[in-house]
Amino acid sequence: MTTGAGRSRSRAWPRLLAVAIVALILLWGAFTLYAAGQPLLGAIILGLTTGFVVIFGSDRFYGSRFIFPGIAAVLVFIAFPVIYTIYIGFTNYSSSNLLTYPRAVEVLTARGTVDQSTEQPFAVARDGDEYRIWLPESGLLSDPVPLTEEGTAALSPADAPEALLDRREAVALREGLARLTLETPEGQLIRNAGLRSFALVVPDYVQTGPDQLTRSDGTVLTADHRAGFFRTEDGVAVPPGWRVNVGLANFERIFTSQGIRGPTVEIFVWTFVFAGLSVLLCFSVGLLLAVILQWQHLRYKPVYRVLLILPYAVPSFISILVFRGLFNQNFGEINLILDALFGLRPNWFTDATLARTMVVVVNTWLGYPYMMLLAMGFLQSVPEDHKKAAVLEGASSVRVFFTITLPQIIPPFLPLLIAAFAFNFNNLVLIFLLTRGLPDIPGTVIPAGRTDILASFTYRLAFDNAGQQFGLAGAITLLIFVVVAVISYANFVAMRRAAARRAGRPL
Amino acid sequence: MIVERPRDLLIKKILAHGFLLVFLALILFPFLMVLSISFRQGNFAVGSLIPENPTLEHWVLAFGFDYTRANGDVVSPPYPVLLWMWNSIKVSVIAGLGVLAIATISAYSFSRIRIRGKGAMLDALFLIQMFPTTLALVAIFAIFDALGGVTPILGLNSHVALILIYLSGVTLHIWTIKGYFDSIDRALDNAAAIDGATPWQTFRHVFLPLAVPIMAVVFVLAFIGFINDYPIASVLIRSESQMTLAVGARLYLNEFRYLWGNFAAAAILSGLPITIVFLIAQRYLVRGLGDGAVKG
Repeated sequence: MTTGAGRSRSRAWPRLLAVAIVALILLWGAFTLYAAGQPLLGAIILGLTTGFVVIFGSDRFYGSRFIFPGIAAVLVFIAFPVIYTIYIGFTNYSSSNLLTYPRAVEVLTARGTVDQSTEQPFAVARDGDEYRIWLPESGLLSDPVPLTEEGTAALSPADAPEALLDRREAVALREGLARLTLETPEGQLIRNAGLRSFALVVPDYVQTGPDQLTRSDGTVLTADHRAGFFRTEDGVAVPPGWRVNVGLANFERIFTSQGIRGPTVEIFVWTFVFAGLSVLLCFSVGLLLAVILQWQHLRYKPVYRVLLILPYAVPSFISILVFRGLFNQNFGEINLILDALFGLRPNWFTDATLARTMVVVVNTWLGYPYMMLLAMGFLQSVPEDHKKAAVLEGASSVRVFFTITLPQIIPPFLPLLIAAFAFNFNNLVLIFLLTRGLPDIPGTVIPAGRTDILASFTYRLAFDNAGQQFGLAGAITLLIFVVVAVISYANFVAMRRAAARRAGRPL
Repeated sequence: MIVERPRDLLIKKILAHGFLLVFLALILFPFLMVLSISFRQGNFAVGSLIPENPTLEHWVLAFGFDYTRANGDVVSPPYPVLLWMWNSIKVSVIAGLGVLAIATISAYSFSRIRIRGKGAMLDALFLIQMFPTTLALVAIFAIFDALGGVTPILGLNSHVALILIYLSGVTLHIWTIKGYFDSIDRALDNAAAIDGATPWQTFRHVFLPLAVPIMAVVFVLAFIGFINDYPIASVLIRSESQMTLAVGARLYLNEFRYLWGNFAAAAILSGLPITIVFLIAQRYLVRGLGDGAVKG
């Protein structure tokens, strides 16, 4: 390291310069985010910058430089989003409380009603590619505006422009005029009030104090920072609301509101059943096929192998959609065949039991090849002489399998089975592309279906209906988080044991 | 197993092949069906496995061309499948390269460089990689919605945002490459150190060239993972022209606009290349997963 340190001293300047430039760019980004009202994201960039400067600027942390990108990526792209989602579970973030408090005040105070009693005629004058608005009654002329997007232009006293557009040309500009706001030298706002006139805009709400707005009809609205709404004296909430911390309110809803608790419990149980059944079926089918493929007398093994793993090789979003079509009630091929053979046309998507059966069957189809490939690997490590000895003792091949082979492959298989369980526990893609959670559970106040698992339930709460209940979705994410944490830890322990076993008994 | 009578053996062989063939027929049925449907007329056509009046209509549409039917009607492609494919490939290649760079450097440091708390970091990494990004969807949406207000480059509907979030996929791959680096003889590092190489030079000139095969495998795996991603892309990407294949494909089977025939052709067109890449890479995939799980 001494030679390295000596060399790095002579080469330090270019490196420090590069670090400084990158740090400045990051700081600029952090500042921009802070200025744009995103202090949290700005702070994260700031933290990242600090870490970067310390680790890449100082020679003491030479070794950490290699680890920095990976750790930073994990912290920024996994740890932070997961924690932030759970944090959202403690807020009322939803489509009715989408904004921040300053933005909500801005939106309310920006609302205005055109006061028809102040109407005055206008004319438009061309100024190069842009236009000026001329208000003859008050003798005011606006700054030039393009009239292509929403904008504000200041008015100032002036003489009448020479060439005014005629009526028809002005009418052709009405879309642009409708989006224009003019500001008089006194600060009053004037908007387009019809084809022929502009008029004063009276704001609907005026901020009359901290946390207080007064409506144009004299009603006083007070900010309710517990609920995230402005309220009139009668307690009526005025949208839009803003995001506030609501503590455990979302969890209370999950555990006490009948319309939410019922479906949540059902979905919770079904998620475990679904993941467990999927792993069990995939493992059994995969292992059975692996055992057959390992049989020494079987020919054409490579052909069978490639054909058998095809379901795994085809992108799952395609095969799931294919099944969605094949299971279609009216023109799906599966029902056509069942109809021709047995005269049956099952309602795969509307009957709860059938829909759940379909989900598990499709998931087994998707998942058995992975288990088969793994099982083929582990079966090879079972010593042949153990089996031979058992056969010589007169054991049947079924008995040999259950007493010799299976106990030997289960321990190394266990971490992978746990991982498969965790994967299926969150197998959003399958549910979402195949059934979207349908059929719906009747009598719920939130979108919830019989085939929904927790992950798809969360997804639908947040993204799939008009409510966009991010807060509730975040709260349910905490439930999933706890389950996944337990599974993850179990996997960790199982992996440790498998590693210890392997180390203690080298193959 | 050791001594078997030829007659029993023959019966067993017939049973084994018979079982495998029946099983394969069931398993491969969806593929044959889709192939048949892609050549059928119309979007609701039913019929035998070999279509009576085969037509290339769905295929022409899948390639993005207008199709003129026999009666003179001109049909336009319902969705830009090739554009979606291009979006998918672009995003997945860039994200795959990013993941590869981060994972290789991290794997090298976890395997070779002495850092305090490395064991704890490795354990944490193992625990964290079990947490799927689906857990963070709400935050991902909220963050990029907010960032979009600052700059559209990082907003919703932006491929940059998608690529950034895909970088979170590094954890699993760090393990795969670390397992490979752990199996490299330490004498190589020592030789490099004696020649005066810094750890970075050892990485750049000794480990990187050795790691090319495993890096190729990790890249393909990451690439396939990103191509297949549905949840993140569906949350971030809403506009049709920016969609990836996984998000767009779902539009075909909408309840109100059910394009079964067009879907079949588009599915084969887009699924085939990915399937072939996967079949080539799969033996490494399983080996990597098995190793990663057992080595620790």
